[in-house]
Amino acid sequence: MGAMIEIENLQKRFGAITAVDGVSFTVERGTVLGFLGPNGAGKSTTMKMLTGFLPPTGGTARIGGHDITTDSLAAKQLVGYLPEGAPLYPDMTPEGFLHFIAEIRGLSGAKAKARVAEVAEKVSLQKVMRQPIETLSKGFKRRVGLAQAILHDPQVLVLDEPTDGLDPNQKKEVRALIRSMQQDKVIILSTHILEEVEALCSRVIIIAGGRIVIDCAPGELAAKSRWHNAVRLELAASEAQRVRGVLAEQYGAEHVETLASETSGTSLLVTTRDRRPILAEISQRAQKDQWKLDGLHVEHGRLDEVFHELTRTGSRN
Amino acid sequence: MRNTIVLFKRELAGYFATPVAYVFICIFLLLCGILTFQMGGFFEAGQATLGPAFFEFHPILYIVLIPAISMRLWAEERKQGTIELLMTLPVTLPQLVLSKFLAAWVFAGIALGLTFPLWLTVNYLGDPDNGVILASYVASWLMAGGYLAMGACISALTKNQVIAFVLAVSLCLLFLIFGLPQVQEALASVLPGDTLVDAVKSFSFMTHFSSIARGVIDLRDLVFFASVIGVFLFLNAIVIELKKAD
Repeated sequence: MGAMIEIENLQKRFGAITAVDGVSFTVERGTVLGFLGPNGAGKSTTMKMLTGFLPPTGGTARIGGHDITTDSLAAKQLVGYLPEGAPLYPDMTPEGFLHFIAEIRGLSGAKAKARVAEVAEKVSLQKVMRQPIETLSKGFKRRVGLAQAILHDPQVLVLDEPTDGLDPNQKKEVRALIRSMQQDKVIILSTHILEEVEALCSRVIIIAGGRIVIDCAPGELAAKSRWHNAVRLELAASEAQRVRGVLAEQYGAEHVETLASETSGTSLLVTTRDRRPILAEISQRAQKDQWKLDGLHVEHGRLDEVFHELTRTGSRN
Repeated sequence: MRNTIVLFKRELAGYFATPVAYVFICIFLLLCGILTFQMGGFFEAGQATLGPAFFEFHPILYIVLIPAISMRLWAEERKQGTIELLMTLPVTLPQLVLSKFLAAWVFAGIALGLTFPLWLTVNYLGDPDNGVILASYVASWLMAGGYLAMGACISALTKNQVIAFVLAVSLCLLFLIFGLPQVQEALASVLPGDTLVDAVKSFSFMTHFSSIARGVIDLRDLVFFASVIGVFLFLNAIVIELKKAD
């Protein structure tokens, strides 16, 4: 059997606007895939096509071997989906709603009841099961949405901005929940939050202008940063002039940046074109020349900067 | 089939989860009462029948009340975004369209059925032709179904329930007035030949409703209502397919 999800040249046009422009990738079981991109990049549209809500204009996708256009019912059975903003029926209670989902997913009677109770416990909904959904807090509503998505223990879980609009505690809870479900499943989640990708995902795809601009592990993403392995020196302003001269000579003036420092001193940031580790060299030099340093740090790269670079140009990597 | 039943149950229960059902039923019964006893002159007529005093008002009554049921069917799903949830479940579009319509139709049937005290009254007071009354109930329910199918289709066009209501009232009104004598006369003076006028008349709910309500369940009238329901539900599915993402 091939990959759980195979997406081939997926396209979606709305009139003159091309929202998704030839997206292809495959995802294996056990993967938590982070889908990143600015608003309007085509993340949600791709997810909507994958879950069978929108028909693609071109290309197709297969879930567990079932084509989403020709065999959509079988594909939908394998998928649990949390749409953006977790829409729910406000007049229903979580109990009634989840029971409805259980029945539509083919469970009935005692089995449905047991499964609803099990899922409610998993997402800690027991206390509010009989309150109308409209009276629940945002965090509880999101949990009802998640419960609905995982009710039939799907092999593929598609979560469109699962933590958007939640407070930090609620975000943490939802992330823990996602982490607890990742084995043997494919989880695709979209987010704007870069730390979330680092914390949860084993793979990240950045999409901009309807195209994939990068597809790698979250760790590799940081390595793409201009600042990966850069060295930051904190020192007194009087010292900075001299040190800057030495560094500029060795690494090139364009690679030594003077940063506004939060303390009274100055910060110098040294980068290299090939992003090789240079901390050892610099600290040796510092000892030899007896620079008066207040601090010496290695930068690991900034995800937000990589994100900005990749999505701003929107070009293929 | 199983899916349709599950969806139908959720839809129907939805009416009773909110005050919508109770308000609707109360107002419907109140209006029926007022129309029958005040305007219809039920007692003054001195006849043991429900036709002139009760059923005759249904075409007009439904023009306002049926769109009140149908306006939320799809507009609300689209507004809340729950349509995305619904359509990514392993169900087909025909199942969704059918279950929503059937739930609304059964709900309208429940409201109609609750007018039974009038039937008891007329049987207590005299000796009516219960066959005609039964046929009239069937006609009334079929007409409600036709209006509901139109309203459901209109509701799929917009996210705004007020727009859905106003447009549905207009469309229902259009299908009613074709059959009014005044409109027939006006059409006869404009359109060449009687065939066209008759054709227009045959599209009127009034024509087919009165025909069944007289106590004769003619196949042509049944086919008419079934076709109206079928055509508008089919259009409903197409509209949803085209507009769901907007």
